[in-house]
Amino acid sequence: MKVVNQALPSVDGKGLMMGKKAYSDDYAEPNSLIVKVLRSPHPYAKIVKIDTTKAEALDGVELVLTYKDFDRRPFTRAGQGYPEPSPHDKFVLDNYVRYIGDEAAAVAAVDVRTAEKALKLIDIEYEVLEPVLDFETAFENKIIIHPEPEIHEMFPIGFDPKKNLAASYHMHVGDVDKSLEESEVVIEQSFYTHAQAHVMIEPHTVNSRMDYQGRLVIYSSTQTPIHVRRIISQALDYPLSKIRVIKPRVGGGFGGKQQVHGEMFVATVTIKTGKPAKMIYTRKEVFESSYSRHPMRFDLKLGSTKDGVLKAIDAYVVSDTGAYGEHALTVFMVAAAKVFPLYNKVDSVRFHGNVVYTNHTPGGAYRGYGAIQGNFALESAIDMLCHKLDIDPIEFRHKNMIKETETSPIFKIMGEGGEGIEMFMDTCKLDYCVKRGYELIKWKDIYPNKYLGNSKYKGVGMAIAMQGSGIPYIDMASATIKLNDDGFYNLMIGATDIGQGSDTILSQIAAEALGTTLDNVIPYSSDTDLTPFDTGAYASSTTYVSGNAVLKAGKEMRQMIINEAAKVFNVKPEDVEYDGVVLKSGENEITLKELSNRLYYNEDQKQLQITSSYYGTKSPPPFMAGFVEVNVDKETGEVEIVDYVSVVDCGTTINPMLAKGQVEGGIVQGIGMAMYEEVIYTKKGKLVTNDLMNYRIPTRREINKLTTEFADSYEKSGPYGAKSVGEIGIDTPPAALANAVYNAVGVRITTLPITPEKILMALKEKEKGE
Amino acid sequence: MRINIEVNGNLKTYDVAPDDYLLDTLRADNIFSIKRGCETSSCGVCTVLMDGKAVQSCTILSVKAEGHKITTIEGHQKEAKKLSEHFGHQGADQCGYCNSALALTVHAMKDEIKEPTNEDIKEYLVGNLCRCTGYEAQHRAIKLCLEDDE
Ligand code: FES
Ligand code: FES
Repeated sequence: MKVVNQALPSVDGKGLMMGKKAYSDDYAEPNSLIVKVLRSPHPYAKIVKIDTTKAEALDGVELVLTYKDFDRRPFTRAGQGYPEPSPHDKFVLDNYVRYIGDEAAAVAAVDVRTAEKALKLIDIEYEVLEPVLDFETAFENKIIIHPEPEIHEMFPIGFDPKKNLAASYHMHVGDVDKSLEESEVVIEQSFYTHAQAHVMIEPHTVNSRMDYQGRLVIYSSTQTPIHVRRIISQALDYPLSKIRVIKPRVGGGFGGKQQVHGEMFVATVTIKTGKPAKMIYTRKEVFESSYSRHPMRFDLKLGSTKDGVLKAIDAYVVSDTGAYGEHALTVFMVAAAKVFPLYNKVDSVRFHGNVVYTNHTPGGAYRGYGAIQGNFALESAIDMLCHKLDIDPIEFRHKNMIKETETSPIFKIMGEGGEGIEMFMDTCKLDYCVKRGYELIKWKDIYPNKYLGNSKYKGVGMAIAMQGSGIPYIDMASATIKLNDDGFYNLMIGATDIGQGSDTILSQIAAEALGTTLDNVIPYSSDTDLTPFDTGAYASSTTYVSGNAVLKAGKEMRQMIINEAAKVFNVKPEDVEYDGVVLKSGENEITLKELSNRLYYNEDQKQLQITSSYYGTKSPPPFMAGFVEVNVDKETGEVEIVDYVSVVDCGTTINPMLAKGQVEGGIVQGIGMAMYEEVIYTKKGKLVTNDLMNYRIPTRREINKLTTEFADSYEKSGPYGAKSVGEIGIDTPPAALANAVYNAVGVRITTLPITPEKILMALKEKEKGE
Repeated sequence: MRINIEVNGNLKTYDVAPDDYLLDTLRADNIFSIKRGCETSSCGVCTVLMDGKAVQSCTILSVKAEGHKITTIEGHQKEAKKLSEHFGHQGADQCGYCNSALALTVHAMKDEIKEPTNEDIKEYLVGNLCRCTGYEAQHRAIKLCLEDDE
């Protein structure tokens, strides 16, 4: 392969570093109205009176919007395919506010200062209601967060708002109670994960205008432009054909921009005033008023034989979706569906529980999407079991984990909000990943720990993980390839580059299929008027699903070119040889350049263009083993991460350097969740960690060594053997770090993040017990 | 209020309010390399050089820039291009939102520290948050770029 599996520079990095106009706000009209939102100071309240006359009278204020300006048409901001597996439980504006930061009203004014002044002039009287702030008490609480009658589910997801349920779910394989009873060794433990923030560095940004044809044109920093167009149309009852959504360059998303953000407000302002409008979330709004990772509690039981054969996994899980149910069910299900099949030899599995509403910032899609929560619980518990059995965790995993050609009944039972599909592991190099990681981290020399002197211990820990490659039978992607004169190509894709490099790797796939070089393929992504359908950048779907669409289009275009040459030569297409540059048949020869110019200007004139679609029928999981070496100080509880080793099976890497970037970025974000990114609410439901000073993401200082390797792997169903790689990196750090801390100093942290305070406290407890 | 600032070598006059921030004044003048990330001096994507020193334009009032020399990466295109080549080869490009400010910070570091060690680079870049890359590839690219200068 000449272009694929090559570490080529990204197609766009240079222009971005040079500071070229590229991101959403760079495209805002200079005279845009500034849209600002009045946000609720109460975690739960009813708006009893709202008077906007003073605000409207202020010079420079164009428009004030309240719930009275919108029809009561519930929708979901989730940004998923239709019908969505998320409840339709949100109104653009409502007479209830359900968390601190929720939307109470909006203004559009000539500048920021005027808009902010106007917000203060809105007279609003709240009837403050008692909130539900503890998700463990939300189910069947007497306080009901969504009493409104209009809200509904699109199909059964266990939605029951009278019980504060956004969704609920139950599955089982075999008889878990019986398996547990028969197990010689059982462990039981609860685990808690927290509401990690995405902290994409570009805040949610959107702007709108009416173009000269009277169409609403929106530039949005989004992962799902085509869904966004549909959702705007449905929520505002505005014709789909009159909306164009353009996704320019996006400054990071990580799932946070799968959901709709300010689009409804700028669209409404532009529709009502005819004027351009723009909105940029402040960092505080990004923290308080966008989305976060669903916090979960796992009550986990594992049963095994005394020689270490895992027999049963039993999990009762409660997930906190906050005030609205975006991704409530699907994130919940992934916590098992993309975790539990790792141990496919068990007799029985049970996974059930509730996704509850609370008066907190809503949960939403976030890289890892439930798998990171499930992974922390299961992979921590597996190590606890190993300890109890006195078996090396590596040995235990080799014995119990999923292997190539095998399957798990879970694949068939659990899909995206419904049933899944049966799937055998055509590629699974987990065995290699664990073996290689074991060598790279020097497990043998360190496990479980080494005393370094001065109260410091070195320890190692590990975890294994899997993810998916798109959502089978739901995700569809398509790609258009157009041949231009001079023989270069346009590649039009609905796939959404949000920084993960899809414009580059999809161009690589196209170039490989067309037999050309990367610079001869010009990618253009995500403009609902110009590019073909793609569900968007989520569920690790781009490389596998969109990549397959591009591969198909590339092959078909290649054939079209050969067919045209055959006509020129007056031979059969089979008799044409083509290397991507020159077409030959016997004595006859024509270059692609000549042929394409001929097609444009001289003979057989036509435009060669092809659109191909791909619809996944399976979702081959990428796998990885994560190993970490830490130094833990028993005096201070401080943990230093010395090296994080990742060995990943994502099939062929289309671009090994960019794939490595995906893994490393995921690892560091996972380390952030595991160690540094604490989420603190006051007792009154106010988010304290609502800026980058209080919410600490890893900086250059915290990250020492990252060692990242790929297993030799070829997934036949993937484009050139590839699986996806966008999410898998984030899954292992929480469990691997918890296990490493345990191995180093003997305390087990079961509530994220793993802070020095928790370690010290646990050490103290332990001393007391000894 | 009228202020005069030298931006990338050109004398500019801006009409600003007393509470306008430099970030907004410059972006309104189509200087797109500087971005908004946090408005609390925490992320570094709004970095500009003021008389050669890296500062956060999201918290500097435009009036405070009166009479000073402001440089953005628009004023160091060649350097940005060169660094970006190393970024490309190291796979250090992701969303790119932090990249222009990073290039400018590297420029400032070169002015300030003669032969920066690994630790120097690490410390110097602590203020430039990146949520995409995990920093390692960026660091490699910057190092190679500095070696290239020698
Ligand atoms: S926007 Fe200025 S430091 Fe973040
Ligand atoms: S590349 Fe996205 S923030 Fe650095």
